[in-house]
Parts: sequence; structure tokens; C-alpha cells
Amino acid sequence: MAEHTVKAFDEDITRLRGLIAEMGGLAELAIQESLEALVSGDETLGAAVVARDKKLDELEMEVDAMAIRTLALRAPMADDLREIVAALKIGGVLERVGDYAKNIAKRVGRIEGRSRFEPLTLIPAMGELAADMVHDVLTAYAARDPLLAREVIERDDKVDAFYDSIFRNLVSYMVENPATISSAAQLLFIARNLERIGDHATNIAEVVHFAAVGTYPTDIER
Amino acid sequence: MVTDPISPAEPKMRARDVSVFYGPKKAIDKVSIDIPTEFVTAFIGPSGCGKSTFLRTLNRMNDTIASARVEGVIELDGADIYTSGMDVVQLRARVGMVFQKPNPFPKSIYDNIAYGPKIHGLADGKAELDTIVEKSLRRAGLWEEVKDRLNDSGTALSGGQQQRLCIARAIAVDPEVILMDEPCSALDPIATAKIEELIDELRGRFAIVIVTHSMQQAARVSQRTAFFHLGNLVEYGETSQIFTNPHEERTKDYITGRYG
Repeated sequence: MAEHTVKAFDEDITRLRGLIAEMGGLAELAIQESLEALVSGDETLGAAVVARDKKLDELEMEVDAMAIRTLALRAPMADDLREIVAALKIGGVLERVGDYAKNIAKRVGRIEGRSRFEPLTLIPAMGELAADMVHDVLTAYAARDPLLAREVIERDDKVDAFYDSIFRNLVSYMVENPATISSAAQLLFIARNLERIGDHATNIAEVVHFAAVGTYPTDIER
Repeated sequence: MVTDPISPAEPKMRARDVSVFYGPKKAIDKVSIDIPTEFVTAFIGPSGCGKSTFLRTLNRMNDTIASARVEGVIELDGADIYTSGMDVVQLRARVGMVFQKPNPFPKSIYDNIAYGPKIHGLADGKAELDTIVEKSLRRAGLWEEVKDRLNDSGTALSGGQQQRLCIARAIAVDPEVILMDEPCSALDPIATAKIEELIDELRGRFAIVIVTHSMQQAARVSQRTAFFHLGNLVEYGETSQIFTNPHEERTKDYITGRYG
């Protein structure tokens, strides 16, 4: 993209994009480590994920401040305007993604009988799908790639299907063995969090598409 | 440039393949555009792009420049304004103009407004003229500020008031189109806001075309924006679309400050 006549404007946008990339990296890491902690029962790692979420909150505030400052001082137009509005929205969504990962990490110590709990093996696979969506949507953001953004949106159905399957699985566990209800309920919340992360990755993909080409990928079901 | 797809079926003014030459130099190259009454149309573009030149073809102001030559067709209500039978004085009453620098006559506020209606024979007697003066000043949002000193000189007003006086003067002859060439560039932000508010109030009653260097102003006051570059009409569309998602690369580069 051609440079602005006013160079400081380019610097502002580069800085804003850098903040989003940093947030994305942290959100991705939070998802991965929360799942790792969940599978291994590593409560220390879980606590670390929870503690690190503050950083994501701080970055979101920094994105907000930077975006609002740029809107006020530079009065951006066209793709610049879309770029900054996109950063504002994506920052908020990534903060939410971080919250879901944190929520998963909080539940690490509340699962009993890990070894014989089959749904626990399904959750990492679902988590990987959701984490990949977040990873790829950030790649699409960095590359301003509307096609990759669309591709990410299409993948949300798989995450939803996983959720339905895990839901049924957990319900049957609870019916058959009421002693598992407490742990199964925890896993249900975790699966729900992952499903929401997939939805948020989809939202980001829509914003990335909008920032890149000025339209939303409306022909694709949300 | 293709015909604008978003204009109504019967635009107030219609330009087709309009080219303007200054001597051998082509300043405008085959511009086609429709000017509707229901919207404010903004012309934007870098200095020398031809936007003011094109604006001036709409009421034949270029006639006063000996070397200027206009090709193509410009219609007002379907009638070609460049036919030899066209009464240019009458045309300019129908298509009024407001300039960059406020240029009130060195006469009283009252006479500034009354002058046009008088020479065009629009008023029958003093009472009717008084009514036109008050109505025009009210429409221009200036009445309350000047009603007690209508005999003061127009040039004694502040810059912003002078510009509103000029707009009132343009309105007084009951025009159909008002052309504004950078009407706020000599004004401070408050006076600018008053003019912009006025433009918004006049919208729909007159077809308004405004040339502006301020993209923010174009975004604030217009519903249709035309981007000119090197004598070409590059893009014409809804203002919100032009400023959020321009279709042409040149438009985007210009409005985002990547031009040049």
C-alpha cells in the first residue's frame, strides 16, 4: 500500500496493527496453554494463563486509546477508516477470546477422574480447531487477505458440530453415571467456551474482510 | 465516465461529454454528470483538477474568459444552456453562485439583497421587496443578526456574516441551482459550521453544488460526491460510499492522503 504523505499517519497505523498482532499472539497462547493445562491437570500452568489475561486487558485499552486518538487527530477516510474501526472491534473481540481461555484455565482443577473421562480427549481436538481459526484469522488480518478470512468463517461449522457432539456425549455420561455430573458440567462449560471462541474468530474474519475490501462476506451464513 | 446510475430520472442539471479548453489546453475531458435537486453534490479533487472550471460551466461563468471554450451539452431542466438564444443573465439568476471570498456589494445590507430582485423585476413595490429581503435573510440564518441595521454597509459584517449575506443574495432571486466555490475557505470553524448548517437547511429546495478542498466538509454537507483528477471525473457516488469504500484507486489515494 502506498505511503501517506504524512508519514506519522503510517506510523500510527503500523503501531495499531502491531498491538492487534500482539493481542492475537497472547490470545492464541492462552487458548493453547489453557487446553494443555486442562489435559495434563497442570494447575500452575492454568494459574499462569489466568494471570496473564491482565496483559490482554491492558493491550485492549491501549488499542482503544490509540484508535480513538487516530480517529480524532487524523480523521481517516476509506481503507484507513476501515482499518482503524477494524482494530477497535478486533481488539475488543480478542479480549473476549482471552476471557474464554481464562475461563477454561480456571476450571483445570475442577475435573475429577481425568484418565477415564472420554470427552476429555475430544476437547483438545475441538480446541485445536478453534485455536487454528484464531491463528489463521490473525494471519488474514496481517495479510489483509479476504479469501483466508472467508475460509476461516466456513470452518466455524466444524467447531459447532464438535460442540454438539461433545454436548451429547457429556449428557449421556451424566445420565449413565451421576457421579460424573460435576466434572461433566465443567467440561460442558469448557466446550461452550471453545464454541464461543470459534464464533469470535468468525466475527474477526468478517471485520478483516470488511477492512480489506469494504464489504462483509454476507453470502456466508454466520 | 459512465452515466451516474444513482441519480434520479429527471436531474435538475445534466452534463454530457463536457470538455473545457483554455486555448489549446484541455482543462476538462468529457465529463458527464447529473445534478439532482434533492441532494447536495460536492466536487472534490486536488488543485488544478478542473472542479472549479467544471462548476463554472454550469452557469456559463467561463464565458467571461476569452480563451475558454466549452464542448458537450449542459442542460438545465432538459434545455441546453449553451444555445445562442440563452439569456445568460437570466441563466445566472436561475443558477446562482457563491464565491470563495465573500463579495458583498459596497452597499447596505438591504440593497445587497434587494439588488437582484429589482433588476430581475421580481418585486412589485417596496413592501414586496421588504418581504423578499426578510425572507432571504431568514433563510440564510442572518435575519436576527442584522434586522436592526439593514442600512449598514454589507462590508461592515464579519466574514461569516458576509458569506451568509452572499448566500441570501443568491437566494433572493429564487434560483433553482446554487453553485458554491469553496464557500468556507476564508471562514473560521464557527462561521463554517453556520454555513454548513445553512447548506443542509437549503438542501432539497435548491440543487446545491459545492466545490471544497476540505474532504471533511464534503463528507459533512453532501450526499453525493464527485472526485475530479486531471480534468477527468474519476468517481461519482454516494458520499458515504466514496468516503468509506471508494471504488477507484485514485479516489482512495486522494481521500486517504496518499496522493502524489
